[in-house]
Formats: sequence, structure tokens, C-alpha cells
Amino acid sequence: MSADHEHDIRSHIRTYMIIGAALVIGTILTVAVSYVDFGSHAMNIAVGLLIATVKASLVALFFMHLISEKQAIYLMIASAFFFFAGLMGLTLWSNADPPKRTEDLQAIVAPVEYTHSADEEHKESDH
Amino acid sequence: MEIPYTVKPRPDTGVYNAKVGIWLFLASEIMLFGALFSSYIILRITAPEGTWIEGALNVPIGFFNTLVLIASSVTVVMAWVSLKLNNYNNFKLFMFVTFGCAMTFLVVKSFEYHEKFHHYEMWTKADSDNRFTGHFEKGWLTDVKKDYNEKVAGLESAYKTALDEWKTSDQSTDAPSTPVYPKVTFFTLSTAEVRDLAEFLEFDTLVFEKEHKHAYKYAGQPEAHDHDHADAESEAHDDHGDHGGHHYEKLTIPVSDMQRTSAFIPGHSNYFGIYFTLTGLHALHVFAGACVLLYFVLFNKKMWKEDPDRLANRVEVGGLFWHFVDLVWIFLFPIMYLL
Repeated sequence: MSADHEHDIRSHIRTYMIIGAALVIGTILTVAVSYVDFGSHAMNIAVGLLIATVKASLVALFFMHLISEKQAIYLMIASAFFFFAGLMGLTLWSNADPPKRTEDLQAIVAPVEYTHSADEEHKESDH
Repeated sequence: MEIPYTVKPRPDTGVYNAKVGIWLFLASEIMLFGALFSSYIILRITAPEGTWIEGALNVPIGFFNTLVLIASSVTVVMAWVSLKLNNYNNFKLFMFVTFGCAMTFLVVKSFEYHEKFHHYEMWTKADSDNRFTGHFEKGWLTDVKKDYNEKVAGLESAYKTALDEWKTSDQSTDAPSTPVYPKVTFFTLSTAEVRDLAEFLEFDTLVFEKEHKHAYKYAGQPEAHDHDHADAESEAHDDHGDHGGHHYEKLTIPVSDMQRTSAFIPGHSNYFGIYFTLTGLHALHVFAGACVLLYFVLFNKKMWKEDPDRLANRVEVGGLFWHFVDLVWIFLFPIMYLL
């Protein structure tokens, strides 16, 4: 192992410590901003997910060495994200359809209640 | 047989083979968790008003577990660095710390699960504040359990005696019928089980300790969890307890007024269904990853002596999986605990 290489590794340690600290701060921030009202619930979710995405990127880039990786690995991750985006997109797309059907179903199927009344009515009708 | 490219990069990919392997595996893991995350999104955005639950989980515990996983991510990468710097003792130390973090995470998580199994929501027929959380009063529950076991034991022994008598008789009459009683495990009580118990043991009311000062809420609930109001109320009553910072108000609820009751188990709601699915799958990953990392430190000393770079690569690959598990939790924590 060359001295240069060893020096290189030692400089990595500093990076790992900084990233570790950044992740801790990010976690504290995530909890803190959840108590802040950003105008709407959707906005709060967006801020929370933004911080999570930044944290996840730090882990992926530095701990998982993606900041300096070979083409083959990038290609695999890119394809994984393509299919991941497709999965999310298709799932959300499917959401554009069901509500109408649910309404139709509710018109046919009477709502079920968590009471004994159904049994009692049944008993009464026996008499 | 020599396995090719465990140390040297393969010319066409530019990396050693195990790295290609783990990244392919992680790509499939992204799809596995992606499917469940998309389910979460669909469940959440399509939830009818008043059914999605927030604030049911303990934020400090989740926060602590997040820090534990971040710390383990740092230590696992430090273990790899230690190998690269030819320091086997440091490698061992960092690996054991990583494993310790993993076990801490799992132990905390199991306590968290256990707490949820005994944490109930109660729906009653009252006009206002008809939905609240807490738990069945301990003494009441113990009595019910005792009465149930005694009555069941009585029925069973009566049946056994009758059966023995019938066997020794001329058997001209019909055999005694097996005793009929509700099967209740008391692991967590369901609505049907409480009603069955009430009928079987002939009680009309149940004793429930309603919780105040809890962040639990569901969209569209009435303003019933107001803190000042809760304080004034519990001061007005003599029969309130205070455990672990929560205020409890002891309520006696007629069984006929109970619409539904459920512990915070998957059957409670879609929220808890997806919570247990996602965190359970994640916990399995933590367990599996911890086992692999422990294997490296316990059984690979020979490899370290013969081919240190190969062990370093193994640890890097194990570490990549471990970082992925941390990465999943980075998203799980805010969406389950905070948002």
C-alpha cells in the first residue's frame, strides 16, 4: 500500500465524520421542522421529504462512494431509478380511476356498522 | 477453485464482481421498498377524511433509533477504512460497535412494537369525544383474565368428569357435548373478544384508562384533546393516575356503548397496516445485515491474513447493504413518525 494511497484514505476519514455530523444535524432538523407550520400539511410533507432526500443523498454519495464510482454502477442505479419512477408513476396514475367505482360500490353495498344492531334486528324479524 | 475478480477490477465493468452483484441486489431492493412506499402514498392520499392517523408513534424513540443507525453507518465505513489502513484491531472494534448499534435498534424497535400491542383506541357511542386512546385498566383486565381462565377450567373439568362417567357407563345415552366458550388469547383484545367476554363472564361495563396529553390525532377530529381542558378535567376527578408523563382518566364504559376497540396492531387501520409492514421488513433487513457483518468479523480472520484486499472488498459490499438499510430508515422515520 503506497503512502499516497494511505494519505488518501486518511482524508476520507475526515469526510466520513463530517457527513456523520451532517446526518445527525439533518435528523434534528427533520424533527424540528415537523413542529413548524409551513402553511399547509402538504407543504410540511414536502419540506420533510426534502430534508430526507438530502440526507439520503449524503449517505449514497459519500458512505456508498457514489461520488466517484465506475460507469457500470451508475448505469445500474440509473436503470433502477427509471423503473422506480415508473412504479411510482403507474401507481399514482391508477389512482385517477378508482374513486368513481368506489362510489358505485357504496351505492350497492350498504355500509357495515360495528354494532350489535344487525343481530338484534335479525332476531326481531324472527318473531 | 479460484473465484475471478474478487480483488482485481474486471476490465469491462471497471469494478470487482461483488460490487456489481451488490448493486444489482440493491436495485431490486429499491423496487421492493418502492412498491411498499407507493402503497403508503396511495393509502395516504386516498384515505377518507378522518381515517389517516398521525402522532401515534413515540417521536423521541424514533429519533434515538435514527441516531443509532446513523452512528452504525459511520462505524461500518470506518471498519472498512481500518482494513485499508492495515489495522485489524480497529476493524474488529468498529464492526462490533456496528453490530451493537444494530442490536440496540432491534431491541428498541421490539419494545416499541410491544407497547403498541397494549395501546388501545376506543370508539364509543357518545355524541362528542367518542374516540380516544389509552388502555384497559390493569386490575380490571387481570380480573377478567382470571375469571375467564377459572370459568374455562371449570367447564373443561366438568366436561372431563362427565366424559369419564359416560365412558364407564353403558353408553346408552349420547356422549356429553364439548363445552362451548369463546376462545380468547388476551394477546390483544378485539371488539368481538371484549363482547364475547362480557357475555361469557356476565359483566356490563369495562374499565378503560383514557389518555390525555398525547399527540395522537386523526384528520377531522373534534377539538377534544385540548391540553388545558384535559388538565382541568383530571384535576376535577379523584380517580386519575399519572404514569410516565401521561395523564389518565379512569372511565367506566358500558359494553353496549362500545362501538369498536382495537390495539395499535395492523388490523387497527391502514396506517398501522403499512407501518408494521414497512418497519417490519426494514427490521428484517437490519437483522440480516447485522448477521452478515458479524460473520465477517468472527469468521474471516484467515482471509485477512491470506488476502486482505478481498476481505476489505467483502466489508465494503456488506457496508453498501448496511448504508442502504440506513437510507430506507431515513425516509421511514419522517413519513411514519412525523408527517
